[in-house]
Formats: sequence, structure tokens, C-alpha cells
Amino acid sequence: MKAKICAIPFLSMDFIKGIFSTSLGRKYIMAITGAGLFGFIIAHLIGNLLVFAGPEAINTYAKKLHDLGPLLWVARLGLLGMVGLHIWSAIKLTTENREARAVPYEGEVAPVDNHRRDEIISNFAARTMIYSGLIIAAFAFYHLAHYTWKVPQINGVAGEVEGDFETYYVADDMVTRKEGQEGEDPADVYRMVVIGFKVPWVSGFYLVAIGLLCFHLSHGLSAMFQSLGFKNKKHGPLLDKFAIGSSVLIFLGYISIPISVLLEVIK
Amino acid sequence: MGKDLNLKLKVWRQDNADDHGRFEEYGANGIDTDMSFLEMLDVVNEGLIEDDREPIAFDSDCREGICGTCSMVINGVAHGGQKGTTACQLHMRHFSDGATITIEPWRATAFPVHRDLVVDRTAFDRIQQAGGFISVRTGSVPDANATPVPKDDSDLAMDAAQCIGCGACVASCKNASAMLFVAAKVSHLSLVPQGQPERERRALAMVEQMDKEGFGNCTVTGSCEAVCPKEIPLDFIARMNREYGRALIKRETSS
Amino acid sequence: MNLDAKIPTGSMAQKWDKHRFDLKLVNPANKRKYEVIVVGSGLAGASAAASMAELGYNVKCFCYQDSPRRAHSIAAQGGINAAKNYQNDGDSVYRLFYDTVKGGDYRSREANVYRLAQVSVDIIDQCAAQGVPFAREYGGLLANRSFGGAQVSRTFYARGQTGQQLLLGAYSSLCRQIGLGKVQMFPRTEMLDVVLIDGHAKGVIVRDMVTGEISRHSAHTVVLATGGYGNVFYLSTNAMGCNVTATHRAYKRGAAFANPCYTQIHPTCIPVSGDHQSKLTLMSESLRNDGRVWVPKSQDVAEKIRRGEINPSGIAEVDRDYYLERKYPSFGNLVPRDVASRNAKEACDEGRGVVGSGLGVYLDFADAIGRMGEDVVRERYGNLFDMYEKITGSNAYQNPMTIYPAVHYTMGGLWVDYNLMSNIPGLFVIGEANFSDHGANRLGASALMQGLADGYFVLPYTIGQYLAEIGPDERPSEASSEFGGVEESVKSRIDKLLSIKGKRTPTSFHRELGQIIWDKCGMSRSESGLNEALEKLPALRQEFWENLNVPGENGSLNQSLELAGRVADFLEFGELMCRDALQREESCGGHFREEHQTEEGEAKRDDENFSFVGAWEYKGADSTPQIHKEELTYEEVKMTQRSYK
Repeated sequence: MKAKICAIPFLSMDFIKGIFSTSLGRKYIMAITGAGLFGFIIAHLIGNLLVFAGPEAINTYAKKLHDLGPLLWVARLGLLGMVGLHIWSAIKLTTENREARAVPYEGEVAPVDNHRRDEIISNFAARTMIYSGLIIAAFAFYHLAHYTWKVPQINGVAGEVEGDFETYYVADDMVTRKEGQEGEDPADVYRMVVIGFKVPWVSGFYLVAIGLLCFHLSHGLSAMFQSLGFKNKKHGPLLDKFAIGSSVLIFLGYISIPISVLLEVIK
Repeated sequence: MGKDLNLKLKVWRQDNADDHGRFEEYGANGIDTDMSFLEMLDVVNEGLIEDDREPIAFDSDCREGICGTCSMVINGVAHGGQKGTTACQLHMRHFSDGATITIEPWRATAFPVHRDLVVDRTAFDRIQQAGGFISVRTGSVPDANATPVPKDDSDLAMDAAQCIGCGACVASCKNASAMLFVAAKVSHLSLVPQGQPERERRALAMVEQMDKEGFGNCTVTGSCEAVCPKEIPLDFIARMNREYGRALIKRETSS
Repeated sequence: MNLDAKIPTGSMAQKWDKHRFDLKLVNPANKRKYEVIVVGSGLAGASAAASMAELGYNVKCFCYQDSPRRAHSIAAQGGINAAKNYQNDGDSVYRLFYDTVKGGDYRSREANVYRLAQVSVDIIDQCAAQGVPFAREYGGLLANRSFGGAQVSRTFYARGQTGQQLLLGAYSSLCRQIGLGKVQMFPRTEMLDVVLIDGHAKGVIVRDMVTGEISRHSAHTVVLATGGYGNVFYLSTNAMGCNVTATHRAYKRGAAFANPCYTQIHPTCIPVSGDHQSKLTLMSESLRNDGRVWVPKSQDVAEKIRRGEINPSGIAEVDRDYYLERKYPSFGNLVPRDVASRNAKEACDEGRGVVGSGLGVYLDFADAIGRMGEDVVRERYGNLFDMYEKITGSNAYQNPMTIYPAVHYTMGGLWVDYNLMSNIPGLFVIGEANFSDHGANRLGASALMQGLADGYFVLPYTIGQYLAEIGPDERPSEASSEFGGVEESVKSRIDKLLSIKGKRTPTSFHRELGQIIWDKCGMSRSESGLNEALEKLPALRQEFWENLNVPGENGSLNQSLELAGRVADFLEFGELMCRDALQREESCGGHFREEHQTEEGEAKRDDENFSFVGAWEYKGADSTPQIHKEELTYEEVKMTQRSYK
């Protein structure tokens, strides 16, 4: 009855089709990859917050991460895969949605019970997921270029210092070296962060992007529970509160860093 | 007798599916506030016929909010925006004198326009035909009380089964998604014991047909729920999502 | 005209079993060689189409709605009766049969009614198996309520939307068969005539309401499930599209139309608010369980209320006339529909009506709210109060509701025999479209029962007899001259409607017709009034064909054209109704002749002279139709005069 490409359940063509080529299946992809990325955002935040514990803590943490070697690459590829699937399903869904509703309404939304307008037009976050998502993707790319690839042209301080970007960070006297550390110099993440966020427009862009991310999450988390079928009359409102609450906390957590840098709480 | 209103209507006119269509404006004068919205259109149409012009085509039948035939977007809102109310039950006392009212057909690629405000909703029927039933032959059934159904399940099934199939959910959704409609049927039949044998089959088949018809996807905006004349909640879409996942897994593991 | 009802011999309880055994069967391998046309997709049509497709017949089903799910059966609120006796309160097939015959004022056919009561129990089983979410008790078993003054609780219901849920059940079975390819569905398609070949019904001519295309469909047999003709009154609780066209066309092709004057007026509808009114909305009869009906005692007070000078709450108890409680102390506000309706009309005719038009009485919940509290009232009737407020803008918790009777159901219909076949061989008629089971008055929660009984459990058996008799090779060609001829007449009629180009709209004629029928052939009828109507109607019909304006053309969706065709048939049919009401010199059920009442003003039946079904035969456009009588004999039920004192 089923065209199995192998004997393992969940790898039959039917199942793969059921996931990848149906509306509901793609919502699962969106939700599951979203959940994965949410996990990354939490982990990344916890890592970042180590900046408040001082240079040593965060630099050690960064070093540990780096030293994972191939494992790090597995994680990176996993993340990349999730981002890819998340974006792929988003674009696919959006294209289909536009085709499904090709003609817009002329009438301005004005229900006879005017207080119901907001319910009917649906909230802004929900309507703009694709835009907030794409901007976040663009920011993520910039963020990688800034702190991971360390492209000097985009950090806002290139030219003010000698040597290339990489050298600038690593060669600085604030690098904390532990005994027995040989080979490649670890990056001084702490300093990277401080110098990076000292540039007002870098911090500004960061703030905006994090704002959008949390805006995206406020709807995305709740939609994730819906798409995976976790919501019901009883738990639905609770899950919505969780979505909003965690988005706000994440926002506060992330922005605390550039703000602390700008206010020179962290130097 | 209510008081009289003078209104300006901006109505979508389209001769047939191939016509490009356009908005036309009409005056609706001396409209009694006790009229229903459709009766107001009747009055306008009577005037048009008297002027030897073609009346505005719109669908309606029972005019008591249960058949699901009436279908128009009034001022950008499917059915006009009174809570739990179809266009036929919306009354003119909610409008103010001198107002301009924009009236458009349901807009969705899966609901092509037949004429003016009349659209083709047979896509809904095809989704039902794909699996929206319990296969029982007439006469082949046990006594009705042989299968008890817990009252809570039955009540919840009824909440979903109330759907009148009007298509306002599709019309209101920015993605023209039919998920609320399909979810209502999938939920109703998955909640009663009689629906269990075909539970997985049904969910898979109805979702597949829904996709084929060209409806959009749910982005959980909640607009469908807000305009649903039967106030069918979004929870049922979550239930359908659950049912569908369950069906995929069951299909994998059961053979 | 042969009006042999073909009632099986044997005892009442065994007739149906015996008949089913005697009926010829169609060989299973042969069933797929038959084509069956079903017109209409309400409870009767959808259930019949699905059941016959399950048996193996090839079915073509037509409906004027955009989906079979929208047929007007969907609007039934109250419930469906069945002799399940789940409540252990003494119900039985025999009791349901007895109540139905008695409720029909002894003008229905006993054998049909008995069968209806017998199969009623199967209907509930069938619907529960389809997943219909009937109301249930905490133990998971089905709940029942007492309805329409019945002494037992035999009514099954799904909130206030029983008709909807039952129809969606039948629709789901129909959908399954459409998906399997056994039923071909034609939505937005209106039947405009029936085609007879050698005296047998062999097909229909239909119009595609989107493209205007006229097409021919032939079959071995034709089933009409096209509902009632309540819209002849213009204002009724029927849907806008409900019409008499299919049955009237069949009548003109030779089918007998039985008891057209039997119409049911429902007492609790929302009053007309103005000339713009397009339809009337019914509110469940259950409201009369707790609401008290009254009007002011004096005309002056009523006049002041109508002018809005005083509020009903300001009227003292002594100045109020709770006329139902006064006249019928034992039944009070729960008298049957026809009695409640007639008394409301009487009160308003005396100038004591309370809404602007003068046509409305109060249904007051103040006492109920005082007794039980607003919360209890809200729990019981909240949805009805909400609906009332939506339509009228008035809060019935604070002000008494206003109600007035409205046409709701038509007991008359095409004459059928025990097999549900009309006098035209091969033309079957089911549901509200036939005349068979309700006599002169239908009991509450029995319409759904009859529609589904006919469609699920009667027709699928009885149609086999006819099909077996004619054999599977009989289906005529659609190219035959008979099809051509009928198609030509359909087309020329449409052309005529479009070419008059007069001044008046189809609706204006419909409204005028409705007013005449309501005034003269409504809740009470008199010889002089009916004669007056019979004079006015031909004149109106003539004006229609001279002064009608239908804009647009046939080749596209044209709602004026659809309506014009229906009104044209209503105009002819209205005359038949009045003629039938005129010949029936008695008062029975929904038919009240002013000349025939007791001294207290109650309906007076004449069993000696009028215990018959009046079946009308069409005699041509210029001749008066001829009545044929099927005598009704009562073996089981003793005829008594109804009394609700």
C-alpha cells in the first residue's frame, strides 16, 4: 500500500509528502524549526549574559564552545538547517497565501461593532511575520559577519585601529590567557562585545533587531503551540501568556547588554 | 417603525467569472433602520429594476442565519462585523445616516466570483466529499443508545458541528485559509465514537483536498474566529493540527 | 384519475412488513443499470439520494442552492420525534401513530402514518451513527424533551439546530456517495419541468442558474423532494428560494395535487416590521412553555401602545387580556399551533394588536422572570432572546416580546400512494412536497421525521418495485421528441418572461399575491373571501404577463429571472389553493372556514362529508381543475372533535 523507500517508519514517501507537501505538514516544519531556534535564542542569551560575570567567565565559555570542534560544526549545521527550513517554509507559505488571496478588499475594515476591529484585522505581529522574519534573518547575517566572521568593514570601528579586525581584538592587552593555552589565540569576546556596542548605531541596529525578534516570537511561539496542536480551551490562554512573557524576558535579557555598555556599566 | 437612513453604497459589480469587474455607486435612500442588510439591498434592487438596470446579484436563502448562503464583505468585514451574526441578520440600525458602505464579494482564489457578490463555494463541498463523513450505510447501524457518548464530548462536537459553511472564515483570512471550516468538520467527527474508525483517513483526506483547492495556510491571526457567525473558536484548528499529526504517525506505525 | 392508495392488506402493525416482503426486488447486479433523478437535497432528497446510491443505483441530484447543505430543512429548530420510549414514559409506535393522526385532525392516511411511526426509531439510530451530535445526558445516552404539547418526551434534539444537524448528517452521506461517483450533484440547478414518456416520468428539464443553459436529463424514474409551497404567501418562514415550481410543473403534467389548502401557521414568529420585510423568522414554540400571551383589554389602550405613547409594563393586570388562558383554561398558552394562531389574529382583528402595524401580540416573560429569575430564563431561552434582539432591537428581558403567526409549513402536496409514487407512474414525491402524513395539521418535530423516513427508509424500498417492473433497459434517449417538446416550452416561457419588458418587478407581483392569499386563504377563510381571491388572482396573473420587467438575459446568473419563473407558478398555484379551500366546507387543522365553527368559535369538522383527500387534476390553462376524492377510512383511530378547553 505504501511506497516505502526504506523499512524505517517515518521515512516512507507518504510521510515525507505528508510533512513537506501539505499545508499542515509545512506548519509543523515551521513550528519545530521555530522551537529549535527558540532554544538557540535562549542558550545564546544565557551565554551572552555571562558578560555580566566579567571577561573571564564569558571568554572561558567562548573558548569552551570553540573547543568543541567538530561538535560545534554539527550544531552550526543543525542551526543552519533549521534556519533554512524555517525560511523555506515561510516563503513557501507566504507565496501560497498570496496566491490564495490574490485580490485585496477595497473597503476599510470597519465592523458595525467598531470595538471588534482589532480582533478582526488580527494583530500586527501576526500579519507581519514574514517581514519581521526577513529583517531578523538579515540582522542575523550581519551579526555573524560582525562577531563570528569579524568582517572589519562593518563593525563601525575599522580604520580607527591598527591591523585587521581579527588582530585588533586578539592582540589587545585585555586578552586573558590561561596557562598552557597554545596555538590559536582565543578571541576576547568580552572586549569584542564592549567595543562593538560602544558604536551607537551598532547598538541601535541591535536593539531594533532584538525588538523585532521578540515581536516575531510573541506571535511565533503562540502559533507554534497552535500548529503543533498543543492549544486547547484550557491551556490556550496560558500558552499565549507564556509566548508574550518569554518574548518580553528575552527582549530585556538581550538588550541589557548593549544598554549596559552604552551606560558604561560594562566597560 | 425605525427611522430612515440615506446611504451611499459602493458595490462590486462583475458580469461573470471572466469579467474584470468594477465598483459602482448607488444611493440607498429612505432605508428603515428595522430592515436587515439584505432587505436594504432588496430595496436598492427594486429601484434598479424599475430603472431597467440589472439588480445586484447576491446570495441569500434562509435569511435567519443558519443556511450559510449569504456572503458579502461589508466595509471590509465578512458579514459586517456584528458578533456571531450573518449578513442576513445584520440590521440597518447599526449604520448611521449619510454613511458610505462598501460591499464586496468573498475574495479568495478558491471562491471564484460567479457574478457581483455571488461566489462559487463548491470547494467546500469537495472537501466534504473527500472525507467529511462517517461511512454508514442506511439501515446498517446499531441502536442509537448502544454507543454512549460522554456529554462533554458530544457538546464539544456540537460546538464544532454548528459551522454553517458560509465561508466567512476564508473571506476574512488574509491568506484565504479554509482551516477553520475544515477543522470544525474534522473535530466534530473525531470527537464522537462513531467517527473513530475513519479518524485518520478523514483528517488526511480532508487536508489534502483543502490544499488542492488552493486555500491558503493558517498563520493564526484569529480573523476567522472573529467573523465566524457561529463563533467557532480557533482551538479547533489546533485540534485539527493534532489530528493530522496523529494520523501521519498512525499511518506510519500501523502497518 | 386513478387514486388507488395501494394500502397493503393485513393488520395495521403488519402492513409495512408484509408490503416490504411483497415488493419486487431489483437484482443487485442490475441496480447499477438504473438511473434515478432526485430533485431537491433537503432531508428527504439528500437521504433518498444517498440511500439509493448506496444500494447501487446511479443518482443525479439537483438543487437550486449553491450546495446541498443549504436546503431549508436546515432551519428547523425544535427536534425530531421518534417512538423510542427511551424515557420509559409510555411511548410506543402506536402512541406516536395515534397522536399524529389525531394531531392531523383525521385527515391523513392511517397506514402511512403508522409506517412513519414505525420507521421513526430507525431514523434516530441512523443519524446517531452518522455522528449527529444529539443532546445527551451525563451517562452518555440520548436526551429527550416533550415538544408541542405531547404527553411523552419523544423529541430528540441538537440544541436549537436539530434540522441543521440532521441535514448535515444526510449531506455527509450524500457527499460520500458523490465522492464515490454514485451520485452526480448539480447545485445551482433548477428543475423547470418534468418529462413524461408514454405516461411515465422519465426525466427533467433543468436550468443551470449560473450559465442559463437549459439541459435535458433522462432517467428511469424521477423523485421530487422539493419542499413546500409556503412562499405563495410571499412572507413566510421559508427560505427565499423555496418555491412550488417543481411540484406545480408536475401537476400541470398530470400529477394530482392533494389538499393544497392545508397550510400551517406558526404562532410564535417575529411580527412584520414594514413593507420591506422579505421573510419572517420563527422562534421556537418552546417559548410558550413559560411566556404568557396577552393583549390589552381595550382598543384604546392598544392604540396608545401602537402609537408608542405608553409602555406595556405600565398596563395594569386588570387591563390585560391573557386570552389563551381565559379561553382555554386547561391548555392555556400551550394550545396547538392553529388555535394559538387564530386567536392572535382574532385579537388583532378586534383592534387590540400591539405593534405598529397592529399585527402583533405580547409574549410576556415578566412572570417567568419573577418566578425563576432572569438567569434561569436566560439559560432556557437565551439564544432566542438574543435572536429576537438582533432582529427587533428590543430586549425581551425588559419588555415583553411581540409575536404574530406566520406561514411555516404546508401539509398539502402532490398526491402519492403508499409507495410514495404519484399518480404519474415513475414520479415519486417525498418529504414536504407530498401530502401524505400530516393530514390537515402537522405536529411539532414531525417534519424532520417525515422527510427522513421517506428518504432513508421508505422510498429506497418502494422505488425498487417500480424499477423492477419496468426493467433496466427502459431509459429513454434525451434526444427524443418528448424531451425536445418540453425543453422548447421551458425555453419559450423564459423568453416570454424576458420579453415582456413592462414596469413591475417580480417581487412586487409576489408581494401582492402573498397579500391576497394571506388575507383570503390564510388563518381563516370564508366563501366570500375566497371567491374574491379567485377573482383577483387571474387579473393579477394577467397583469404579470403583461407588465412584468425582468432585466438582463437568460445566458448568465439572473436572479430576477429565477424569481419571475417562481412567481409565475405561485400565481397559478395560489388559485388552486383558494379553490381547494373553497370546496372544503369544514374547518379542520390548519384550514379554518369561518362558516364552520362551533358557537364558541372553535373549528368544526365535518367527518361525514369531508373525510377525504382532495386531489386536483389539471385540466388545461383555460379550464377549472377537477377534484378527485380519496376517501379516508379510520380502522384504528376513533375520530373525535379536538378540545383544548
